[in-house]
Amino acid sequence: MSEILQVKNLSVSFFTPHGEVEAVRDVTFSLQSGEVLAVVGESGCGKTALCKSIMKLLPDTARIKSGSIAVCGADITDYTDRDMRKLRGRLYSMILQNPMTALDPTVPVGRQVAEAVLVHHPRMDKEAVRRRVLELMTLVGLDNAQARCQQYPHSLSGGMLQRCVLAIALAGEPQILFADEPTTALDVTVQAQILDLLREIQQRLGTATVLVTHDFGVVARAADRVAVMYAGRIVEIGTAEDIFYDPRHPYTVGLLRSLPYFAAPGEPLYTVPGMPPTMIDPPPGDAFAPRNVYALEIDYQEAPPMFQISDTHFAAAWLLDPRAPRVDLRAGGVRRG
Amino acid sequence: MGENLLEVRRLSHTYTVNRHMTVKALDDVSFSINKGEIFGVVGESGCGKSTLARCVMNLLRPTAGEIFYQGINISDKKQVRANRPLLQTSRQLIFQDSVSGLNPRMRVADIIAEPMQLHRIRPPRGSYRAEAEFQMRHVGLDASYLDKYPPELSGGMRQRVAIARALSMEPSLLVADEPVASLDVSIQAQILNLFRHLQAEHGFTFLFIAHDLSVVKYLCDRVAVMISGKLVEVAPVAELFSDPRHPYTKALLSAMPIPDPRLERSRTPTVFDPAAAPLTGALTEVSPAHFVLTEGGAADA
Repeated sequence: MSEILQVKNLSVSFFTPHGEVEAVRDVTFSLQSGEVLAVVGESGCGKTALCKSIMKLLPDTARIKSGSIAVCGADITDYTDRDMRKLRGRLYSMILQNPMTALDPTVPVGRQVAEAVLVHHPRMDKEAVRRRVLELMTLVGLDNAQARCQQYPHSLSGGMLQRCVLAIALAGEPQILFADEPTTALDVTVQAQILDLLREIQQRLGTATVLVTHDFGVVARAADRVAVMYAGRIVEIGTAEDIFYDPRHPYTVGLLRSLPYFAAPGEPLYTVPGMPPTMIDPPPGDAFAPRNVYALEIDYQEAPPMFQISDTHFAAAWLLDPRAPRVDLRAGGVRRG
Repeated sequence: MGENLLEVRRLSHTYTVNRHMTVKALDDVSFSINKGEIFGVVGESGCGKSTLARCVMNLLRPTAGEIFYQGINISDKKQVRANRPLLQTSRQLIFQDSVSGLNPRMRVADIIAEPMQLHRIRPPRGSYRAEAEFQMRHVGLDASYLDKYPPELSGGMRQRVAIARALSMEPSLLVADEPVASLDVSIQAQILNLFRHLQAEHGFTFLFIAHDLSVVKYLCDRVAVMISGKLVEVAPVAELFSDPRHPYTKALLSAMPIPDPRLERSRTPTVFDPAAAPLTGALTEVSPAHFVLTEGGAADA
């Protein structure tokens, strides 16, 4: 495995009439080829902004304030839109949440996949394009691809549409695939199929995947590594097993414990007290401190650094400092009752 | 069990798309809900859950079948007209999308007080504003939000306002159509706790529509499973999860994502094959209070 994406100390802000919104704050992580990294967190925590800044699809009001993004060793932080266009699709592509709005309702899906193929291989002849489209559609598990090509998006189900979107995303043989809540709009029965497909394709083609989600069930099914985001920062990152069986950040523990799955029958669900902060003028120190029952004095003054727990597992919480008192976070990965 | 609050008998609803096409959203659905019960309805999108809620709330006219609410046949226009004040105050609805469910140009205080004003109910706590404040405190919002507009609130807060508005009428039946689907995990937990707490306090009957099985498992007393307009299984919640009978229920349960990587990856979801289990027949009682759609069966849930 080689490092395919490296993000260092990235900070991104949106400049709005109400002030500067610090959407991504000092985020550092790397992605190996062929792995699935899940980014989890509440809405507004900067998951999507992080992905969009790596793809450089941010609106004009946003700016990368500091930090660097390196893809395959090349620093793309200062790339212009023109340079980026060469990379998108080939180097990375994206699947969005709702397949119904991602496709053109007036064009048969086969033509939409062909369009993506032609963008990457403009000189391909008609017959070769047709073969490539069928190959892609079979790859994403659409049965009877030949007939499906002729159909319009409205006559396909949500799961099939998401497969078509995936086929389009894979047309340029990308090395990194961003999947922003790819299964939120789908039913549970279809969700597992799409997630398994994502994993299978990623193993077959060696694509690295960044999976943005807020659903821990999805994370458990598909992710190799997990990054938990809160208020624009990565507060904990580790393998799926680290995060689920040995969470160290009080926020991760709180999120896991608030899942109905872990609730003991008849007992109220655990809730993380309070609300996420607004990202305009975030408080000094740890943004999670006001909601953290274990908050220490230093949490309100200084943002915690990343503490290393094992080779793969890091968390940003002052509680992990050797000088901090020992507390029992009551690990969330154990099912009670 | 206690007496029925709501009884649905052989309910069908067909949407007419155009001259050539109709969609059967509800097909011969029968069930009843007891007083003070939390009754969950689960199924994938397009299975008719929301149509069911709308029929129960008189927002849609059923094509066939009858719905009895407190003994009143609400699919009969005459009976509805005669009992309108009762029907409109004692049944309340909460929608999934709190953005479109609340008027963005009304203040929170007015939104919560509006049903009372419409029904000319004298506010027991002096003024409508005091009443709105009381209801808000009840759902965990403080008085500082009274003069805010819905777009200024977060999703969880908006959902609380919608709940406060519904509860201001002290309903005996609360219908909630996917009330937590668009909320984050931690906010979802808060709202679910709130529902539980309020239900225990008020004792209203609750028809809870969801697609997330873990939520239903946590909240509901009895659960009905639907697919393509058909009710395939009705059972007490513990029994449905421990002993699912219908192939579709089994498929649905096996697809329920488990937040535990080792467990989750070790299982493969069973795929429901409509050809193997035809959706015909009638609900049959397989064990006390547990009904499954079986061919040739005949019983009422």
